[in-house]
Amino acid sequence: MKFISEFREGALGSGLVRRIERLSRPIRIMEVCGGHTHVICRYGIRDLLPPDIQLIHGPGCPVCVIPQHEIEKAIELSTRPGILLCCFGDVMRVPTRRGTLFSLARGRGSVKMVYSPLEAIEMAAALPDKEIVFFAIGFETTAPSTALALKRASSQGLANFKVLSTHFIIPPALRVLVKDSSSRIGAFIAPGHVTTIIGPDAYCFLADEYNRPVVVTGFEPLDLLQAIMLILQQAAEGKPRVENQYTRAVRVQGNRRALEAMDEVFEIRPAIWRGLGLIPGTGLGIAPAFAPWDAEKAWDLSQVEPAPEPPGCLCGDVLKGVSQPKDCSLFAVSCTPDSPVGPCMVSPEGACAAHYRYRGA
Amino acid sequence: MPIGKTITLAHGAGGRASDELIREIILPALGGDPRSCLPDSVVLSNLGERLAFTTDSYTVSPLFFPGGNIGKLAVYGTVNDLAMSGAEPLLISLGLILEEGLEIDLLRRIIEEIGEATKETKIRVVTGDTKVVGRGAVDKIFVNTSGIGALPAFIGRIAPNQARPGDVALVSGALGDHGIAVMAAREKLSFTSNIKSDCAPLHTLVATLLRAAPHTRCLRDPTRGGAAATLNEIARASRVGIELDENAIPVHREVMGLAELLGLDPLFLANEGKLIAVVPEEEAEAALAALREHHLGFESNIIGKVTSDHPASVVIKTTMRTHRVVEYPAGELLPRIC
Repeated sequence: MKFISEFREGALGSGLVRRIERLSRPIRIMEVCGGHTHVICRYGIRDLLPPDIQLIHGPGCPVCVIPQHEIEKAIELSTRPGILLCCFGDVMRVPTRRGTLFSLARGRGSVKMVYSPLEAIEMAAALPDKEIVFFAIGFETTAPSTALALKRASSQGLANFKVLSTHFIIPPALRVLVKDSSSRIGAFIAPGHVTTIIGPDAYCFLADEYNRPVVVTGFEPLDLLQAIMLILQQAAEGKPRVENQYTRAVRVQGNRRALEAMDEVFEIRPAIWRGLGLIPGTGLGIAPAFAPWDAEKAWDLSQVEPAPEPPGCLCGDVLKGVSQPKDCSLFAVSCTPDSPVGPCMVSPEGACAAHYRYRGA
Repeated sequence: MPIGKTITLAHGAGGRASDELIREIILPALGGDPRSCLPDSVVLSNLGERLAFTTDSYTVSPLFFPGGNIGKLAVYGTVNDLAMSGAEPLLISLGLILEEGLEIDLLRRIIEEIGEATKETKIRVVTGDTKVVGRGAVDKIFVNTSGIGALPAFIGRIAPNQARPGDVALVSGALGDHGIAVMAAREKLSFTSNIKSDCAPLHTLVATLLRAAPHTRCLRDPTRGGAAATLNEIARASRVGIELDENAIPVHREVMGLAELLGLDPLFLANEGKLIAVVPEEEAEAALAALREHHLGFESNIIGKVTSDHPASVVIKTTMRTHRVVEYPAGELLPRIC
């Protein structure tokens, strides 16, 4: 097994496409995860499907759903004396009213790109005179590593390490989307990496309460084609359920140790999603036992006010699957990967960036 | 006076310290006689009918990375720029901008690498300059090299605007090794990798190619911006379309895996020892065979063809047999998180 090339075999893809054509019916399928959006665009998966099958993009690009003012809080911290802000690379280019973290890293701000919160922990140990703030973003995929960092800070007594948490959790957001009549979602391609942590059962409510087929899916083109075929099979049988296509990574029980660490350090709170608004039970704040490492408790950031969306930007509707990137009047005109207006043009996982970069020939 | 352990502003002031730096560190490492000197200018004669002239500046972090270093890059890069015109490299200049506080030992190692690379490529350093700037004004060391090369008589015009419909595009090996090697070294990625930069001088590979395919139309080394930038430049300059076959593009398995992990596309990653050639269809097979015989080209492949469709853009046929546009790279490559 090489785990990449055999999942990109054109001949096997043609076989799956023939089976999809036989099962085809009018259906709108949402791929929740930005990683899937990227693969769909990169491999032109839409061009292989019968016109009845519509793929609509979901909100699962972590950089895209963070409200602007949360990034502005990070920017605010990075400009205060004595603070070094650590963050992942792809959030650094999101434009805000105060510029980007990237421009601050090059200018007066104190910003460092890291690949893991554990690097921030090492920095805190090495630089005791600095306050090291880790700007924690992402879904259940990245939250466990933040949890681990917090536990390590606690056990090492690192008083100069803080976390600014904007972690989100996925399943309650899917309930909002499936209930939203404007999205008209007939089935879900569930995120593969998130599900390695939470396990496929987390989506049972979509099948049981809302009769929607759900397939947990891997990130290669053949994974996506097979998932679409499985969804159509479920629809034909009239028995919606949660299926796991991504068996090479996702276990039924998820990742117990990761979930336990998250339970220990986070507490569930309401969260504002860009485009979707306030959704109860989808944010991960820092639990009282870990309050000494909570950046929001250490510094007053209440003066950073919510920001209006940039005029004309349709990112909100794109994140709900109501609009496609090309419906936006800014798309590829004033909003490009070189100078993005909305967040969906920033990350390669954002729907607008994927459509721009991988447009059809 | 001993030379000391680090570079000071005095080393750039033009006085005795400067002289010592040149005589004790730079000239010996370049294999020169410490009693001689590098003149401010050099008089050239009888170099040939047609000459190629190029200049480039080099900065990389870290200075030493798996498979290469800034010294090798500064020589090979300029040798390669000359080779991409079909020229045989002859002479090179060496300009150094040093940050105050740079360790002398590190400088010595870099100059030794430059010396080795000039010996290997048989290019002669004929003039040079050294400046020292205050702390923070440069990142340790910047190197500038300019080069002059001579074109063999049989070579026609090789330029990005020479591609024509029907021509064939080749690449001389696997893409993306340098980009991933440097990123892994710079960011101290916490997984081990055996990926080395492909950093290499391409002039002998070019000479081999041009003997087999004397009507070669375009030659480019896909450095920053990767193959995507190079192919887009050719498509725009020649007002032609280029159609690539994703299945034919060589990428090492480990590079493919790390690029996937970081959300990067090998077509956009930098290379320092690969060339992309566009040759007439009738010379394509000979070109491929010649490239593959050379030790730097054994993984060469035909990756696409030039068409009159979709002028000024590059299209790729994916492994899934769909078609999409390959864009010009945008912005700085930033890895994704999940």
